[in-house]
Amino acid sequence: MTVLAAAGVDAAASAPAPNLTPARRSPSWAWAGLIPFAAYVLLFLALPTVLAIGSGFFTRSGAFTWDNIAALGEPLILTTFANSAGLSLFTALIGAVVGALVCYALLGTRADGLVRSSVDAAAGVLAQFGGVMLAFAFIATIGIQGVVTLLLKNSFGIDIFAAGTWLYELPGLILPYIFFQIPLMVITFMPALSALKPQWVEANLTLGGTSASFWLRIGIPVLAPSFLASLLLLFANAFSSYATAAALASQGSQIVPLQIRSALTSETVLGRENLAGALALGMIVIVGAVMVAYSAIQRRASRWQA
Amino acid sequence: MNRLGPSRVTRTVIGVVVGAFFAIPLLSTVLYTFRMPDGTYSGARWLGLFDAHTVATAKPIWTGLGNSLVLCLVTVAIVLLLLAPTMVLVNLRFPQLRRAFEFTVLLPISIPAIVLVVGLAPIYLQIGRALGTGTWTLAFAYGITVLPFAYRSIQASIDAVDLKTLAEAARSLGAGWPTTVLRVLAPNLRPGLLAASLIAVAVVLGEFTIASLLNRQVFQTAMVVVQKQDPYLPAIFTLLALLFCFLLLLAIGRAARGPRKDRP
Repeated sequence: MTVLAAAGVDAAASAPAPNLTPARRSPSWAWAGLIPFAAYVLLFLALPTVLAIGSGFFTRSGAFTWDNIAALGEPLILTTFANSAGLSLFTALIGAVVGALVCYALLGTRADGLVRSSVDAAAGVLAQFGGVMLAFAFIATIGIQGVVTLLLKNSFGIDIFAAGTWLYELPGLILPYIFFQIPLMVITFMPALSALKPQWVEANLTLGGTSASFWLRIGIPVLAPSFLASLLLLFANAFSSYATAAALASQGSQIVPLQIRSALTSETVLGRENLAGALALGMIVIVGAVMVAYSAIQRRASRWQA
Repeated sequence: MNRLGPSRVTRTVIGVVVGAFFAIPLLSTVLYTFRMPDGTYSGARWLGLFDAHTVATAKPIWTGLGNSLVLCLVTVAIVLLLLAPTMVLVNLRFPQLRRAFEFTVLLPISIPAIVLVVGLAPIYLQIGRALGTGTWTLAFAYGITVLPFAYRSIQASIDAVDLKTLAEAARSLGAGWPTTVLRVLAPNLRPGLLAASLIAVAVVLGEFTIASLLNRQVFQTAMVVVQKQDPYLPAIFTLLALLFCFLLLLAIGRAARGPRKDRP
């Protein structure tokens, strides 16, 4: 879901601002037209965000406390954040590298050809295909009764769950996460790769360069910022993702979103009342920092995509 | 054709390996719905989708789907009647607010749904008291999650037409503002409005986090409920939803491109 919008940031930011003359009529009543939308955004975007972040600083009876925030330092919570960060970083790295390889392979196809447009369409669907349904697909594939599980067991005598049913635990999230990270990478990285100008290849060849020297000295340096930006976007995408994990890991709270679920649905975690707020604050700090870095790098990267 | 591209062999290897990674779970899900407990394959589950027994098991899914469709309608209404007019107003009368507006509507990308739901819980407690606990009220929250995608589609259409000149032409020919917006501006923005509506439908049908944690029954939460009794039904609905999502995105692609004659 981050995909379309992320591309939107660039599209909108790079669009030339129209030189509109100031409105001739007095804007006295026109301001009123902005009120409904402003009220809506305040009530359903600003207020929930403030409540989510703020609630961690209060007890249920409304007294100010540092207790919930202090809980972020508890070993259990630190482990959860480390799990989330590790899972997100690992799947983002694999997704970014494989996704970039797919983009590289697509360079060899015609820009308006059937292959390119089919892969684009498939990436669009599969990047949206997160959540609960993705968990079902993987349960059908490598669940205990999954098609691949049974095939391996019956035909080759390999029991993929010999070491325990890892699909419903933290390692089980890796494959489903990679499944939605690769298409997201294809969507966000392809514009950068197709912006490499054929003239640069020709200039490199004319000056006696080889294909290897092109990639080492021109291609990779030009693409590095875009690659890094996409990597950050993939990290934020995995870090924020909840539904797939919720459907697969029905017990336990191995990652931060699942810990928020326990904090919201049960009364207390670690004996604290508003821990969900503190966890939300921790998440928003991390995702916020990653997204700020993303847009800073993306701005620099878009220089080459004019 | 691009000279930067890899050789045909490299291309094929990458295509086959990555393609297999995506094809295997999808094909397995298809096979899974056809495989019977005794190891044989039959289409009984698909053919029996509307049997009395199956319908009873799948009842939460149908209820959830009904709720989700209502949510789609209300969310699309928010996009078309609240977001779109505000965007037209900002672009026509308050161009100085464009940057701030853009920042605001793109903000939901950086706020994970799981964080938003922590703050939405107390708000929905109040909404429940005021408007009842009907599922449709979730659309207010969904409108926010759809905001960045809908904004992008509509803004692309706004950038493609000269809104200012169109509005001035209509006004100077004597049209009032309602006529100008409905009969001049809206038809010109139709590709963007259509794409925004379709994206809203896709997002709402796939939403799980907010509905699940606010205890509302929608399509996705119902699938999790049913999965505990019958793991095959959700697999079938997953395949159907995936197909629907593909068709929807195809339609969005068409809508975003618009009729050929509209191209400059």
